[in-house]
Amino acid sequence: MAKRLMMGNEAIGEGAIQAGCRFYAGYPITPQNELTAYMAKRMPEVNGVFIQSESELAAISMLYGASLVGARTMTSSSSPGISLMQEGISYMAGAELPCVIANIQRGGPGLGNISGAQGDYFQATRGGGHGDYRTLVLAPHSVQEMFHLTREAFDLADRYRSPVIILGDGVLGQMMEPMEIQPPKASLAKGGDPESRIQDPAKKDWILDGCQGREPRSIKSLILGENSLEKHNERLAEKYKEMEKEIRYEAVEIEDAQAILVAFGTSARICKEAMHRARKEGLKVGLIRPITLFPFPKEIILENAPRIKGYLTVEMNLGQMVEDVRLAVSGRCPVHFYGRPAGGFPEVEIIIEKIKEILG
Amino acid sequence: MKKILGRPESMQDVSTIYCPGCGHGIVHRLVCEVIDELGIREKTIAVAPVGCAVLAYQYWKFDTTEAAHGRPPAVATGIKRILPDRIVFTYQGDGDLAAIGTAETVHAANRGENITTIFVNNAVYGMTGGQMAPTTLIGQKTLTTPSGRDPKLAGYPIKISEALAQLDGTTYIERVAVNSPKNILKAKKAIKKAFQVQLENRGFSLVEVLSMCPTAWWVSPEEALKWVEERMLPEFPLGVIKDKVTSNK
Ligand SMILES: Cc1ncc(C[n+]2csc(CCOP(=O)(O)OP(=O)(O)O)c2C)c(N)n1
Ligand code: SF4
Repeated sequence: MAKRLMMGNEAIGEGAIQAGCRFYAGYPITPQNELTAYMAKRMPEVNGVFIQSESELAAISMLYGASLVGARTMTSSSSPGISLMQEGISYMAGAELPCVIANIQRGGPGLGNISGAQGDYFQATRGGGHGDYRTLVLAPHSVQEMFHLTREAFDLADRYRSPVIILGDGVLGQMMEPMEIQPPKASLAKGGDPESRIQDPAKKDWILDGCQGREPRSIKSLILGENSLEKHNERLAEKYKEMEKEIRYEAVEIEDAQAILVAFGTSARICKEAMHRARKEGLKVGLIRPITLFPFPKEIILENAPRIKGYLTVEMNLGQMVEDVRLAVSGRCPVHFYGRPAGGFPEVEIIIEKIKEILG
Repeated sequence: MKKILGRPESMQDVSTIYCPGCGHGIVHRLVCEVIDELGIREKTIAVAPVGCAVLAYQYWKFDTTEAAHGRPPAVATGIKRILPDRIVFTYQGDGDLAAIGTAETVHAANRGENITTIFVNNAVYGMTGGQMAPTTLIGQKTLTTPSGRDPKLAGYPIKISEALAQLDGTTYIERVAVNSPKNILKAKKAIKKAFQVQLENRGFSLVEVLSMCPTAWWVSPEEALKWVEERMLPEFPLGVIKDKVTSNK
């Protein structure tokens, strides 16, 4: 299949369009502006809705509305804007409404800077807003993956009736790479009626569309009555447990590895380069790249722990995913960390040095 | 014998939890009567607020969702853009619409979203126990203005309807009250007109309803009717504030 040169931000947009997303609302913020502009251009071409909202608070609430009538919906932003969206994400998690949210992370805290960073790992994987909820989190590391993980994110969002986060960063968003538009897997939405803004509405028997021929429905996150909210939370927790079926990771040369790198997104790209060079020097090093950050691929990390000399978690932050690695390992081998926060990039040489220290 | 009064079909057969003398129940009923008369119950989608009307979904017999505090206009925008042939309205208190949700209100109105907003102004935050609202009157005592609202410290009662009328995107805005049978009849007419504006795809319509909250005004239900007349009306005059439909004719 012919390859096409695309920018990460645009690949997300095209993935969404191909998944049947027909509603996008967003507020400009660097480094994801190309995605908002792409949706502004593409949505009218597919009879979809594009709205430049007055804020990220409004954007996510618009998704809440469009999603509760059955549309596939997306918004995108970067770190400060994602903070504003937490209200709506929590409401959508509570009301069990699907949507896809791309966070093209930048440096923080506060206004920070616009260079790529991974400081929002905790926010993304721990729910982010108020209440006891989680969202699926997918972490692409290439333009190709930004396309197909976004496309799949809509299926996952519908399957679990839950927001799904695409956790990218400024580097991935701005990167140009050749990519293929692969045909969707059988499980993906078949597109439904191309003229409709609601793809396959028949499958969603919970939506609001006017109560013609049925009892009125309500969609809300307010749950009253003795123990009802507790039960609701427990049911949500079961759903999050079930999401473990979706765990995905890439494992590179871990079979004979004595030290294993763990990294996602842009950090994983840097780790691949470091691994390549370290292998040339004869160092037995492998890489586990979590693709789902929630649920976290803890089993593969645990499995390998007893037989290796140690893990090295590499992140563009001060140590967030490393906590999940430590939890997975449960003390069965040393877990080391190397990170650069707020726009700094991990250096290949330092990674190789640290691998040597682990291998002793 | 012909039945001339009864429960509107759009209303559930339950009693509400509103305080005695509260205006919300009257406004609910007016909305339901209008929806019945227009025959749109089965294609209506309502957006309820956070506020005393948070339980509206229990009282209305049509599809209803519940937005975050202040966000109903954004939620309604999402619904209406996907399903333009459904009738979408928001029901919001003054805190919801004119404080925490001001941005959503102004921008939905300014985009000329083809939705209807029922704005219940009771000059106070009812649900949280009677704090100052953006529409609280000068000198009015609330939990957070214990010596009365002082404009030097807390600003003035906001006339959001007049402000919205300035926007090119708004089509029809009227202020009404539900403190007397005469005013209730006028309120119903205004609500009906607002829905008709939407049915005719003419854009954003809003009806501000001055409504009683005896509980947080610390008065009896009967006194509350007078309170609307004597204290609210001078600050919030009734009448059509904007009507692009009629003026265009
Ligand atoms: C984000 C957020 N902040 C505060 C609240 C608490 N709260 C609930 S209702 C309300 C005010 C309601 O007043 P109004 O909108 O005037 O409606 P009323 O109850 O008077 O009908 C507040 C502050 C909330 N639910 N969410
Ligand atoms: S507190 Fe006020 S607005 Fe709320 S139910 Fe009671 S009277 Fe009505």
